[in-house]
Amino acid sequence: MGVKVIEKGILTSIQDKGRFGYAQLGVSQGGAMDRYSAKIANLLVGNEAFKAVMEVTLLGPLLEFTKDAFIVLVGIEANIRLNGNEISLLKPFKVTRGDRLHIKQITKGARLYLAIFGGFQTEVRLESRSQFFPITKTSSVKKGDLIAISKNEGLKLVDFASVKYKNKELTSSVIEVFKGPEWDQVPSVLQEQILSTELTISKNNSRMAYQLQEQFPNTLAGMLSQPVLPGTVQFTPDGNLIILMRDSQTTGGYPRIFQLTEDSINVLAQKRQGDSLQLKLIDED
Amino acid sequence: MNIDKLQFKQLGKQAILILWEDKMDVNILSEILYVKKNIEEIKLKEIVEVNNTYNSLIINYVFAINNIYDEISVLKDLLKKANIDKIYEGSKYILPVCYHEKFSLDLEEVCAQKKLEVEEFISTHTTPIYTLYFMGFLPGFLYLGGLPKSLQISRKKTPRLRVEKGSVGIGEKQTGIYPQISAGGWQIIGNCPLTLFDASLKKPTPFSAGDQIKFKAVSLEEHQYILNKIELGKYQFEKVKEWE
Repeated sequence: MGVKVIEKGILTSIQDKGRFGYAQLGVSQGGAMDRYSAKIANLLVGNEAFKAVMEVTLLGPLLEFTKDAFIVLVGIEANIRLNGNEISLLKPFKVTRGDRLHIKQITKGARLYLAIFGGFQTEVRLESRSQFFPITKTSSVKKGDLIAISKNEGLKLVDFASVKYKNKELTSSVIEVFKGPEWDQVPSVLQEQILSTELTISKNNSRMAYQLQEQFPNTLAGMLSQPVLPGTVQFTPDGNLIILMRDSQTTGGYPRIFQLTEDSINVLAQKRQGDSLQLKLIDED
Repeated sequence: MNIDKLQFKQLGKQAILILWEDKMDVNILSEILYVKKNIEEIKLKEIVEVNNTYNSLIINYVFAINNIYDEISVLKDLLKKANIDKIYEGSKYILPVCYHEKFSLDLEEVCAQKKLEVEEFISTHTTPIYTLYFMGFLPGFLYLGGLPKSLQISRKKTPRLRVEKGSVGIGEKQTGIYPQISAGGWQIIGNCPLTLFDASLKKPTPFSAGDQIKFKAVSLEEHQYILNKIELGKYQFEKVKEWE
C-alpha cells in the first residue's frame, strides 16, 4: 500500500484541486485550502501541480511508510520528525519502508502539505480525490487508514532550488477583496468602517468557512438564495462576516459583500483563531 | 430574448452573475434554464461551470477572466440571439413520502399553527406539481417551489443539529428533502425513503433544475418496503410522461 496512519492529528485529509462542474448538483468545490502551497509541494517532488496531497491542520498525524517513497512537506513553519530526527520544510527526501514521519505541530500558519511522488491514490469520486462527506466515505483520514501511493517508477529528482516559495506573501495580514454583488447596498459609513477595522478570525473556522469575531450592524434586506463561491464574504442579519472557504455550500441567502482574490483565499487558509487581518478593496480591472 | 431587464455583475475575477427580477417564478426559471443551456452549448465544461438559483445564473470560469467586459458582451450577444418562446420542460417524477409521526417531527405543531387537520395537510402537500428550482445546501438537496399558501410557514427559530436522511421539510415558500443526515432549520413533516444522491454513480442524482415533482403519501409499511427494495438495488424512480 503506502502510508499507514498511526495517529490522525486534528484534521488531516487528502485533497487535490477539488470538483469543478458539480455545483448544479449542490456539490462543493473542495480541494486544498491553500492551493498555492499544495501546488509547490507537488512541483517539488516532480508531480503535476494538483496531484492528491495530504493536508494537515495545526497538530499533525504520525505516519508510517509501508513502502519506499519520495516526499516533501510544504508550509510556513512546523516541527516535524522522521524517526525522531528533525526534518526541514521544502526539501524533498526519500523515505524507506518502516520510516515514521511525525508532523508534530504547525508553529506558523495553519496548514501544511505532504506531497508524495505520484500522489496519494485514494478513491476518485466525481473526478476528484478530495475528501468531503458524503461524496467520499469520510471527510478526513482516520487512525488505522492505509493510504495507497503509486509506484516510484519514473522518479526524476528535480532541482528544488528553482522553486521559490512565497513565504512572506502567504503570511500577509492583508486580504485582497473585490466588491461583492450586494456591496453597494451597504451604507457608505458602514463600508468605511468594515474596511478600516482590524478583523479577527473567530473560533468558528473550518474548511467550510471562517467567521470573523467583529460584528457590524446589518440593515440589508433579506434575499432569495444566490450562488456563492469559495472566497465569497457573507454579511449575516445578526451582523457577522462569514468568509466561505473551499468546502463552502454552492448557494446562500445572505448578502455577498466581498469576493476574495484567489491568492487571498490561500493566505486566509494559513490563518488560525485569533489572527488578525485587514480587508483591502481592489479594482476589478 | 430581451436582455434589458437583466443585470450583469461579477463575483471576483472568475465568475459572472446574471440576475433576473428578484422573485420565485416558473417563467423566470424557464428563461434562466434556456440561457444556461445556451451557454453550456458554446462553452467547454472544463472551462466554465454554470449554476442557477431562483433568479440568477452564475458562470464560473476555471481561470481568471482576461477582460470581464468583453466576456460580458460575448454573453449578451449570445443571450440576444437565444430563442426562448416556451416554458422549459423538465422530467416529471413522483416521490413517495411517509407522513407517519415517527418521521413528521413538526407536523402536529405546523397543523396547529395553520389550523389544519393532519389529513388535510397531507392532501394539500401531495396535490401540487412542484418545480425543482435548483440543488444547493447539500449535494442533491432539492429546492422545490410551489408550496400552497395554506402550508407556508417560517423556518424553526433554532435549527436542529441533526435532521435524518430523507426528512421532508417545509420552510417559507419552499419544500424539500434532506438527502443526508445534516443540521437543518426547516419544519420536518415527513420522510422520503429514496436515495436522492449517490456519489458512487456516474450520474449521482437523476434530477436537474426545471424538473417537476409530485409527492404521494405512503404508509409506514410501504416506506419500509421501498427501503428494502433500494437495499436490494431493485428500486427505480417513478417517472411519468404526462401528469394525469
